[in-house]
This record gives sequence, structure tokens and C-alpha cells, in this order.
Amino acid sequence: MPKTLAEKVYDAHVVRSTSGEPDLLYIDLHLVHEVTSPQAFDGLRAAGRTVRRPDLTMATEDHNVPTLDILSPIADPVSRAQVDALRRNAAEFGIRLAPMGDRDQGIVHVIGPQLGLTQPGMTIVCGDSHTSTHGAFGALAFGIGTSEVEHVLATQTLPQYRPRQMSVTVDGELAPGVSAKDIILAVIAQIGTNGAAGHVIEYRGSAIEALSMESRMTICNMSIEAGAKAGLIAPDQTAFDFLQGRPHAPQGADWDAAVEYWSTLRTDEGAVFDAEVVLDASSLTPFVTWGTNPGQGLPISERVPDPAEMADEGERRAAEQALAYMGLTPGTPLTEIEVDTVFLGSCTNGRIEDLRVAADLLRGRKIDPGTRMLVVPGSVGVKSQAEAEGLDKVFVDAGAEWRGAGCSMCLGMNPDQLKPGERSASTSNRNFQGRQGKGGRTHLVSPSVAAATALTGRLTAPADLIGA
Amino acid sequence: MDAFTTHTGTVAPLRRSAVDTDQIIPAEYLKRITRTGFEDGLFVAWRTNEPDFVLNKPEFADASILVAGPDFGTGSSREHAVWALLDGGFRVVISSRFADIFKNNSTKAGLLTVVLPQAEVEALWAAAEADPTTQVTVDLQAKQITYSPGGGQSTTVPFDADDYTRWRLLEGLDDVGLTERHLADVEAYEARRPAWLPKALPAIPA
Ligand code: SF4
Repeated sequence: MPKTLAEKVYDAHVVRSTSGEPDLLYIDLHLVHEVTSPQAFDGLRAAGRTVRRPDLTMATEDHNVPTLDILSPIADPVSRAQVDALRRNAAEFGIRLAPMGDRDQGIVHVIGPQLGLTQPGMTIVCGDSHTSTHGAFGALAFGIGTSEVEHVLATQTLPQYRPRQMSVTVDGELAPGVSAKDIILAVIAQIGTNGAAGHVIEYRGSAIEALSMESRMTICNMSIEAGAKAGLIAPDQTAFDFLQGRPHAPQGADWDAAVEYWSTLRTDEGAVFDAEVVLDASSLTPFVTWGTNPGQGLPISERVPDPAEMADEGERRAAEQALAYMGLTPGTPLTEIEVDTVFLGSCTNGRIEDLRVAADLLRGRKIDPGTRMLVVPGSVGVKSQAEAEGLDKVFVDAGAEWRGAGCSMCLGMNPDQLKPGERSASTSNRNFQGRQGKGGRTHLVSPSVAAATALTGRLTAPADLIGA
Repeated sequence: MDAFTTHTGTVAPLRRSAVDTDQIIPAEYLKRITRTGFEDGLFVAWRTNEPDFVLNKPEFADASILVAGPDFGTGSSREHAVWALLDGGFRVVISSRFADIFKNNSTKAGLLTVVLPQAEVEALWAAAEADPTTQVTVDLQAKQITYSPGGGQSTTVPFDADDYTRWRLLEGLDDVGLTERHLADVEAYEARRPAWLPKALPAIPA
């Protein structure tokens, strides 16, 4: 029977399948960070269990880490205790850890691909919903809760039910200044924040095939914002080229064997999807969110919507609540919304390509004097590469702050937070109430919209800068 | 995990859709390394900023069944959201649609999530708002909810629960222990894995 890519990867990892029970799925790589793991390690200790495969487990510090003064102990005692717990647990259970200051440290979803630990056809889990990022390589990668983290640590497996299959086909060519972020924001606006619940999304079509690995990761990253279990893209030469030569990529004869297998990882002709979504890339323009969930977005040329015009009662109530929280008036052109802070970073848009795109717009210009811009590379590796390319200088010369690697203002667990009422344009993935700091207001944008917005102090499309 | 068989309590009607886990418990409360004590973070922004938020009303303060709009628990994978609800006194959450990870996490921690059609959700909202002392019984064994709207005739609403998850919840069984019974299958699988698959250890210099 013809199979989808996701079904092939799933089937290749079934350890045990019995009717009336979930399948037992083998996990090839388990990524761990400080926030969702302490209770899992406690559970192991309490039951006298060990980590079954420390060699398939990798830990890093990302959510809590400060992005300034990273070589001093963390000032916040609660954050420090959580990071210390991870260090103790990694040492006790024999797990590799990339701590603050380490060459390999960074956001968990940035370092997996960077090290070549993320490869096509694998199953990858992490106690973090944006694990879907790794699907860009054709891996089946999904977020899990802390009880499941404990289960994977103990057994290297997870009980799973077969997910449903959704295809999102994006054909056509993107206009200049329109990016992967705009594609995924448009998809989520179309299907809703839980529209893909129970499904794995396969992104396909000529516009997806034309994307770099960084851009593919941006798209797969936000699959969870549409409620999907995972998002993936068939691995191709672009993926192989990205991986070749990375520290943990196969070498020599192993490389050839791997590529041969990886090349079989595509959806068969005639495979059936339970749901299909189609989008025309050439019709897309830069997208921004106006509300408090990632599905509340519009092309930047539009105006703040009027809830009174919404037919569905639930949608109307949600829009009213969102606009009240965001402090926005229906009918206001989105490009007239002024922001206090621009955040460039996160596992969605904190990779080298994202920094390059933003730096290209900022080079030789100054950001708006009333706006602050935080640039937070996704990993120490990204930071070093950006510095080698002189991007840090471009940011600093333009008036932005160049920081250390971590999650930072994506969720404000470290000191990088919005103040109540402050408004940001953020390249991260969630505009939930208070996500970037208590009372903070978030507009999700692409890296180029972030840079253009920093220059003008209000939501701005890069195309509107030309000649400015 | 505590077993769940049947529960009787009152309802808190949460008339909101797409309640994300950042609202259930914000990130700053996730820094703790314990598994309990998260009640102070439960819906803290709404409890602080909105005087008429449902859980601020004394008549709903003791509710143990949360009835919410569609798409409850979207966003972050934080199981802390489930723990915070349990710590806050809830044993059941009812919605027409849950986010996958939230639903999965609840089954691991002993919080029952029940999917009902939106019309049944609305009926429960109306009953609780009309009389906050309305007692609602959620019976996992029989897969049904029973209550008497307006103190009148009792109504019974059936719900679906997959047999395996139901059995685990009824017995309060720990997944790890169940999987360990199949260790031989895991070992056989490991023996078949291609040798070129990556290992995090030893670390390879970049
Ligand atoms: S960058 Fe943001 S979304 Fe990504 S892992 Fe960190 S906190 Fe989560």
C-alpha cells in the first residue's frame, strides 16, 4: 500500500504493535532541557531506574539562560537552581550536556541540526512543543510532556497512536521580501491554532522544495501552532548538503548507505492524506499577527479586523478579548502600529540565515531611536558564525543589542522581558498573552519585517523601505 | 498516578476558546523542580487582572470540573499545566476539542479530559451559571456524565474514551512499568537499528 513519508518513518520505528493498545515506538534521539526534565529525573530516581540510552540523549541549557554576562552564575536563584538540577542530573545519569559557555550550547532545536544529530528518517522527541522543527529533515519529531520524558529516559520508547496525515502544498514562487515565516503564518491563519490536531503535516510543493534548510525549519517549527503533532518535509539534496560534514553526520561508506536510505523517504504516489491544504506562494505578502494566538494574523497591508463583522460567536469573542489585551482599535492600518521592542531570535528565526536577512536590511542604517532591538542568536555556533561574517557589527552599528545564545525574549524566563503594556515585533512563534513578559503585547513577524520595523518604529514591510 | 474511576463535583464555566498553556500557567512558574505546588500559577494573569474571571467568583471557587471552550491546552508541551489544574483542585476538564499534547499529558498525570460536543458544553455552562451548586458526576467506568440542570430531571451525556487509556486511568497504572514488560521487543529492535544512526556520545569536535 502506498505510504506517506510520515507513515514510512513511523512504521520503521514500531517496536511492538498489538490491537487494542498503542504502538510502542522507538526513539532515535531524545533532546533534553532544564525546564521540563527535573521531575522526570526525580521519577527515575524514585523508581530506581537508569537512563536506558544516554548515548541517544543530549541536554542543553536554553530557556532560563541570561543573554548578558553569561559566564557569571545566573542571578535569579530559581533559574539557577533549575539549571543546576540539569547539571547534576546529566552528571549522575551520564548524559552529554552543553552548558552555558559551551561551544555547543544553544536552543535545543537549533543545536540538533547544527551538530548533525538531526537526520532524515529519525524519530526525535523533546519535552518541548517546537520539537517539530527537526521535521525539516524528514524526521518524525514531536514535543512530549514530562511524564513522557521520563518514559523515554527509562525505555527509549513511547506508546503512540498512529497520527492522521495532512498535506500542505505550497506551489509557486515567493515575492522578494516574503519568507518561510509568512508561509507558515498564512497556513495557521487559514486552518486555525488547533486545525491540524491529531495530524502530522507534510509540507510539499515547489515553493517548499526551493527553501533552504533554515527556512524549512522555520515552517516545521510552527506546525505546533496549528495544533499538529509534527510537521515534516521530504529530505532532498538540500538536506543532504546541509548535513554532510557536520560532526555527527555519517561518513564514508556510512554516508552512502544513509543517503541511499534517506532517498527512499518520500510520500509514495497514490498515498492518501486525511486532509489537504493548498496555498499559492506567489499570492503571499508579509504576514503579521494582530491578536493573541498565532492564527490571528493578516497580510501587513491590511487593517486591524473588526470583531463586529465576525459571524462566528466564538471567533468574535476571542477577537474582542485579543484586541482588548493588545490595546488595538479595529480599522487601524497594521503599518501604523508602533512597537517598543524588536526581538530577532528563537528556534523559529534565530539561525544564521535569519540574522543575515535582517543584517542586510540594517547595514548602513540606524534603527528608530525610540525602539530597542534585541538580537539573540539561536546557539553559540550561530553566534560565532555571525561574528565571523561581521553581522554582529552591523547590528551594533545600527543601534541593536547583540546578545548571547538562548530562548531569551521568546518566553521571558530569563531577564529579557517586555514590561506591562509594551509592544514587540518578534520573530518567535507565540503571541500568547504575557508570553514575552507579564502584560507584554506581541506581533509575530518574519526576520525581514522585524528589521524593517526596527528602522521605522512601526510594523513595516521590507518592500516599503526601498528608496527610503 | 492516582486512579480515576468516578468523580462528583461542581463546574467552573470557562467561556473562552483556545486557552493556551501559557494562560493555564505562565513560564515564570515553570522554574520549580518539584511536581506539585503549581496552584499559585494557575490562570494567574486572569485571576490577577480580571475581577470577574470565573475562578475569582466565590461561587465557583470550589469547582473541580472545568468546562472550557474549544481548543483547550494549545501551545507549549508543559505538563505543569496539568499539574497546576490538579493542584488547583480540578479532576476533570471538559471541552469540545483539546490540543494533543495537553490531552496526552493529562492521561499521564491522572486528570481526566472529556470531549463533548459544543452544544453539551453550552448546556453545562448554562446549568452551572444558573446554579453554581449543580453537582455533576463524571463516571469513567460507564463513560457518562450525569447532572440535573436547574435541579430538575437528571440528564445523562455519554462520552468516548479509548479502552486502553480508560483502563490505565481506572487502574492508575504507570506507563513505564507497562513498557518494561516488553523489554525483549525493545532489545530486538535495537539489534536491528542501522549502525550509522547518530549518537550524542562521545561528543565529536566540530
Ligand atoms: S526559543 Fe522559544 S519556542 Fe523555541 S524552545 Fe525556546 S522558548 Fe521554546
